[in-house]
Amino acid sequence: MCNRNSLDLSFAATEAEASAGIAQLSIGLEAQGLPPHKAADVKIALAEAINNVVEHAYAGITPAKVQVHCRLHQNWLDILISDTGNPLPGFRVPEGVPAPLGSSIDELPEGGFGWFLIHELTSDIRYERSDGCNRLSLRFDFPRHTI
Amino acid sequence: MALTSTTKDATQIIKVHSDRIDAAMAIQFKEDMRNEAEGGAERVVLDLSGVEFIDSSGLGAIVASMKQLGSDRRLDLAGLHPFVEKVFRLTRMDTVFKLYPTLDDALAPSAK
Repeated sequence: MCNRNSLDLSFAATEAEASAGIAQLSIGLEAQGLPPHKAADVKIALAEAINNVVEHAYAGITPAKVQVHCRLHQNWLDILISDTGNPLPGFRVPEGVPAPLGSSIDELPEGGFGWFLIHELTSDIRYERSDGCNRLSLRFDFPRHTI
Repeated sequence: MALTSTTKDATQIIKVHSDRIDAAMAIQFKEDMRNEAEGGAERVVLDLSGVEFIDSSGLGAIVASMKQLGSDRRLDLAGLHPFVEKVFRLTRMDTVFKLYPTLDDALAPSAK
């Protein structure tokens, strides 16, 4: 077995393309050996990060591409998501504070969970803005279980 | 987004015929839920047994669906895949909705 596998995918930053891209990446990562117990965490965080690009980075401007580069190591997975949209507010990773549930049904939040989920499910998050490009790196650790 | 609806006793059952509820279909889902639930029974059970993936936009659409039912009706959820249940648990939405492992559980006399 290889110690390192790569998976790359690039698609237009639209909701439909993102939906198909997330599904394709998820299947590809499992085929490359992502441990099944980690697959759900990765898919949730990956989907939220890609949806953020579609909904926010390219908000109000012509959507270009989302590029996803995955490197699967024996004990961890690195995912780099790049786009040429607007930078993250303040040029930094937003905090992962969950939206408060409120005290009645009317007050229940219908959004604001994305960054909270990404923080919850990743081991490390890094963001870099350079040359008009956003680069968000997500790392998922999965210490080897003895079989 | 295909939804079908049946009524059993005093419960309207709406089944989702899609393997995912995500950002690409959240708005459509909310609209379809509004149409499907209109004039239905007081209690609505959403059968999610065919749904294998949900993101926070899909979750938001289910929350919005509950809100648009108004205060006289309620929305319970049945048949959640482990993946879908995890998203509800992480966001603590499992404390807001009643979740049933299967549709049969949701329709058992003790569940009403």
